[in-house]
Amino acid sequence: MKILTKWLRAYLQSLPVGDAQLAEDLTLRGIAVEGIYPLGEGNGSLYEMDITTNRVDAMNHYGVAREAAAIYGLALPDLAFPLPRPRPAGKPFSVKIEAEDACGRFTARVLRDVSIGNSRDWFAGAEVNTYFALLEQKKISNAVDATNFAWLAMGQPTHAFDLDKLEGGIVVRRARKGERLKTLDGVERVLEADDLVVADHKKALALAGVMGGWDSMITPETKNVLIEAAWFDPMAVRQTARRHGLHTDASHRFERGADFNAAPVASAIVSAILLANGGWIEGELVDVRVSPVEARTAQRQSVALALSEVRRILGTTIDEEGITAAAVENVLTALGCGLSSEAAAGGAAWQVTLPSWRLDIEREIDLIEEIARVYGYNRFANTLPAFAGGVRALPWAEKEASVRGTLLAAGFHEAIGSTFCSAAEASLTAPQPAQVVPLGNPLSEEAGVLRPSLVPGMLTMIAGNLNRDVSDVRLFELGTVFSGATDKVEERPALAFGAVGALPEESALHAVRTFDFHDVKGVVEQVLSRFEMRGIYFDRFPADAGLTPEWLHPYRAARVVSEGLTVGWFGQLHPCEAEARKVHKIKDAVLIGEIYLDRLYKLPLRRPIAREISRYQPVRRDFSLVLSESVAWETIDRAMASLQIIELVDWRVREVFRDARLGEDEYALLLGATFQAPDRTLREEELQSFQTQVVEAVGKAGARLRV
Amino acid sequence: MTNEAIPNLTAFDEAALDRAFASLEAQARADAPALEAELFRLKWLGRKQGLLNDVSGQWLKAAPPEAKKAVGQRFKVLKELVDGLLEGASGAGPTDAALRAEAIDITLPGTRRLTGAEHPIVRTMNEIVSVFSALGYSVGVGPEVETDYYNFESMNFPPGHPARDTQDTLVVASQERRASRDRLLLRTHTSPVQMRTMEQQPPPVRIVIPGKVHRNDAADATHSPIFHQVEGLCVDRNITFSDLKGTLDHAMKALFGSAVKTRFFPSFFPFTEPSADVQISCIFCGGKGCRKCKQSGWIELLGCGMVDPAVFAFAAEKQPAYDPKKISGFAFGMGVERIAMMKYGISEIGSFFAGDMRFLNQFV
Repeated sequence: MKILTKWLRAYLQSLPVGDAQLAEDLTLRGIAVEGIYPLGEGNGSLYEMDITTNRVDAMNHYGVAREAAAIYGLALPDLAFPLPRPRPAGKPFSVKIEAEDACGRFTARVLRDVSIGNSRDWFAGAEVNTYFALLEQKKISNAVDATNFAWLAMGQPTHAFDLDKLEGGIVVRRARKGERLKTLDGVERVLEADDLVVADHKKALALAGVMGGWDSMITPETKNVLIEAAWFDPMAVRQTARRHGLHTDASHRFERGADFNAAPVASAIVSAILLANGGWIEGELVDVRVSPVEARTAQRQSVALALSEVRRILGTTIDEEGITAAAVENVLTALGCGLSSEAAAGGAAWQVTLPSWRLDIEREIDLIEEIARVYGYNRFANTLPAFAGGVRALPWAEKEASVRGTLLAAGFHEAIGSTFCSAAEASLTAPQPAQVVPLGNPLSEEAGVLRPSLVPGMLTMIAGNLNRDVSDVRLFELGTVFSGATDKVEERPALAFGAVGALPEESALHAVRTFDFHDVKGVVEQVLSRFEMRGIYFDRFPADAGLTPEWLHPYRAARVVSEGLTVGWFGQLHPCEAEARKVHKIKDAVLIGEIYLDRLYKLPLRRPIAREISRYQPVRRDFSLVLSESVAWETIDRAMASLQIIELVDWRVREVFRDARLGEDEYALLLGATFQAPDRTLREEELQSFQTQVVEAVGKAGARLRV
Repeated sequence: MTNEAIPNLTAFDEAALDRAFASLEAQARADAPALEAELFRLKWLGRKQGLLNDVSGQWLKAAPPEAKKAVGQRFKVLKELVDGLLEGASGAGPTDAALRAEAIDITLPGTRRLTGAEHPIVRTMNEIVSVFSALGYSVGVGPEVETDYYNFESMNFPPGHPARDTQDTLVVASQERRASRDRLLLRTHTSPVQMRTMEQQPPPVRIVIPGKVHRNDAADATHSPIFHQVEGLCVDRNITFSDLKGTLDHAMKALFGSAVKTRFFPSFFPFTEPSADVQISCIFCGGKGCRKCKQSGWIELLGCGMVDPAVFAFAAEKQPAYDPKKISGFAFGMGVERIAMMKYGISEIGSFFAGDMRFLNQFV
C-alpha cells in the first residue's frame, strides 16, 4: 500500500517532523513504512507501507494520519465534505436489506444530471489529479476516480451505479441459485444461493462488497448516478469472494471489518467530487441500518481497563515513572476511545468506549497493546523473570543423539529430505502399503502422499548427487514417517542411510575401498550396539517369499531383528530401482537401509560396565576350515557359542577365501579363537581340550579342517 | 649365541679378584663399541647365559664365606659399568644414514578417516535450544500432522478468519466431511505444541519447541514448503512484556554475540497480544548498514508477544489454572532456516533439503 506524505500533511498541517522521522516513528508503532521515495520539490515522499492484517483501519491516508496524530499529540480534523442542499424527491429511493445477517448498513444517494468526464483537482481536499499522478493511480473517469479517491482517503469502499440501468429500488439479498451476473471484470458468473448480491427489483447488480456489475456500470453517457456506501459482514464477503476467486480492495476491507460509521462520510466524498463537475442531489441520503449489527460495531459496550492490569502485563519501563494514568488517557483518547474514570481499589481504572473503525479492539488486553504500542516498545526495560523449576529433556533425546553420533562418526552426513513422496514410491517402500496417507492439496503429484518411509527421499538425494557427478555419497536422515488413514495419522521416528562409492577415507598413499554390504552392516551393528539388546540377529527370506522389500536386491539384503521384532532392513538397492532412478550408470552398488527407531527407542541405551582385565596371557588359536557354500558363518558362530567355554573369550572370522584347490561349492574360512582365564595361565592340556571341542563343534556344523 | 665362558676362579684373595674383575671390565669396554647394543646386552646381561649371570653364579657361589663380600662389591662395580656401557650403546641407535633411508614426504596430505557433518539446520536448532535450556526451558515436541483445532482454532485463528490466509496449509485428503476442529493438516507452525503442553501441565511452563513445519508455498530462494521453527513459551505469575524483551535480548546476545542489540516493533499474531517483531543489529556490519541488511543496520529475526488471553481460555478448558487474570506469559518463534542462512552465508533455502554432499561437506 502506498501513502503520500503530501496527503497526510493536508490532514495534519502542523506535523512537527520530516518525512524520514515520521516514517521511523510510525514504523516503531507498528505502522510499518518499508520504503521512502522522495517525489521532488513540494511533493513530499511516497511511503511503501507494510501494515499487518489486523490494522485495516490504517490502510489509508486518514488512518495513517490518525496514528501520526496520536504519536505527536495533534488534533485530527474530521473528514468534512459539505454537500449542496438536495432537491426534494417525490419519494425516497427504495433500499431494502433482506439479508440482515450479511449487510449491516446500506446508504444510497441519488445524483442527477451529472457529467462524466476527466478528473482534475476539484477543490481543496479533492486534489484527484495531483494525488493520483504521484501515486501512479490510473484515472478512469470522474465517477470511478471519485470512488477510488474515497477509498485511498479513508479506506471505505463505495460504488457508483448508472441509475437509469436499475429497475426499481435496491435489495440486498442472497443470490438465487443459478442466477447470472456479469461482473466489472467482464466475467459472466453463475451465482450460488449464499452469494451476497446488491440487486434491483429484477436482477443482481453487483457482488456485494466484492465487485460491481457490468450492466449497471458508469459510462460516458451516464446522466444519473446512485452512490452506494455500505457495511457488509466479513464472513459473507469472504465466502462470496473466495467462491468466485476474487480478491479486490473492497473485499479485502470488508473481510477484515469496515467502519460502520464510514458509509455516509465516504458517500459525501464521492458525491462532492462528482457534483464538482455539475449535477444535483435528489432527496436526502437513504440510510438503512440493521440495529444488531450497529450494536456490535459502532455501539459496542465499553471495556473496563485498570492501570494495575496495564502494569501487570507490560512490566518495567526504562523511565522510572512507568506508565501513568495520564499516559493511558492520552494514548487512548488520541486513538478515538472515550474514557471515563471509575473508582477502583488498586489505582486508576476506566470504562473505555471503542472507536467504530477499530473492530480489532474488543478487550482490555487490546487496549493494553495500544498503550504499549503508542508508548513505544523500546521504552520498556529488559528484565528476566525468576524461575525455580527444572529442565526436562525429551525421553528419547539421548538415544537420538547417540544414533546421530554413531552415524556421524562412521562418516555419514546428515540430510533432511522431503516429507512427501509419490504414491508409487510410497507403495514401493511402505512397510504397510495399505496405510499410506494422501494429501488433499499436494504441491505436486510427486509429493502426493506423506512419506511412509525415508527411503524415497534418500534415493532422491543419492540420485541427485550422482547426477551432479558426485560419486561418493554417504547420507543419513533422522525423520518422521507416516502411516494410518486420513482420519488418523500415526507418526514414527525412523533412520535411513545410503552409501555409494568410496568409504569415508581420504588417502594419497593407498587405494580407498568402495562401500559394500558388510560396510553398511557394520554401521547397522554399531548403531544397534548403542542399545541394551539381547536376541538380535540378521536374516533374510527366500527371494520368492515376497517378504523382502521390493526396493532391495533379494540376495543382498538383510532384515534386522531384535527380540522378535523387525527393526529394519538394509542392503543393496534392487537393480531395477537403480535403473529406474538412472543411478545404474554408476558402477558401484547403492547401499541403502532403514531402521525403525520407535522400536529401537523402546530399549534402554547400553550403559558401559567395566570388567576386570585378566592379567594372564591370552592364547590365540586359528582354525582353517573348509565349508560348503551352503553353510553360512552364522552356523559356525552358533556352534562356537554353544560350546559355552568360559575361557573362550573371543572368536571371529579372520579371513574368507576361495581358491582352486578347494572343491566346487566350497570355501575356506580362517576362524580365530582366543582363550584366556581370569585367574590363571592356561595349561597346555586345557588348551588341547578346548581345541578338540572347537574342532568337534564346527565339524558337526559342517566344517572340516583344512590340512 | 653361545658366550665364551668366564675363567674359573680358584684364588679369592684381593689381588686375584682385582685381576679377574679387571680383565672382565676390559673386555666389557672392548665389547661395547664392537657389538650392537642388543648383542652386547645378551652377552653381558642375558638372563641365562649372560657373563654377569655367570659371575654371580660361579664366582660368587664358589667364594668362601669370608670372600663373598669382596666378590659382591666388585660384582656391583662391574654391573654398573656394564649398565653404563649398555645405556651409551643404546642411545647411539642406528646411524643417520640408516635413518635417512627411511625418509618420507611429510608434505603429502594426511590420511583422513572422514567424519560426517551434522545438518546445519539441526546444528542451529540445537544451538537455539541450548541457549534457552540454560534459561530453564525444557524441550517440547508434537506431531507434524495436526488437527485444525491445535494448529489454528486454539491458537486464536477462528474458522474462516483472514489471518489463516497468511499460512497456506497443506491438508490431509478427505477431510471435508469431518468437523472443522478435527480436520488433519500439516502444522504450519510449532505453536500447537504450546497448547498441547498447557493442556498437560499447569503453570509454570517454560518450553522451547523445535520442529519441522510445512506450508503450501511455492519454492524460491527464500521459501520452501518444508522448514523448521523454534518456538518458546513461558507462563507463570507476573510474566511481563519487559520479561519477554529481556529474555529475547539475552538469547540473541547468546546466539549472535554480546555486541548484538535488539529492537521491538508492534506486529500482529492471532495468539499473542501485544505482539512484536524483533530485529537485531546487523551481525555483518554491526549496524552501520550493508547489503545484507539492505543498508538499514537491522535484521528482522523473530516474532513474539504476550500470550493472548483467548489462548489461555482454550488451555483452561483442560487446565483451569490458566486463568488470564492470575497468570500471564509470553511466546516467541523464529525460523531456523533464516538464521542458519544468515549464520553460514547460504543463499538458497533449497540447499538444506537436497542432500548434496558438496554442500554438507562444508559443515564437517
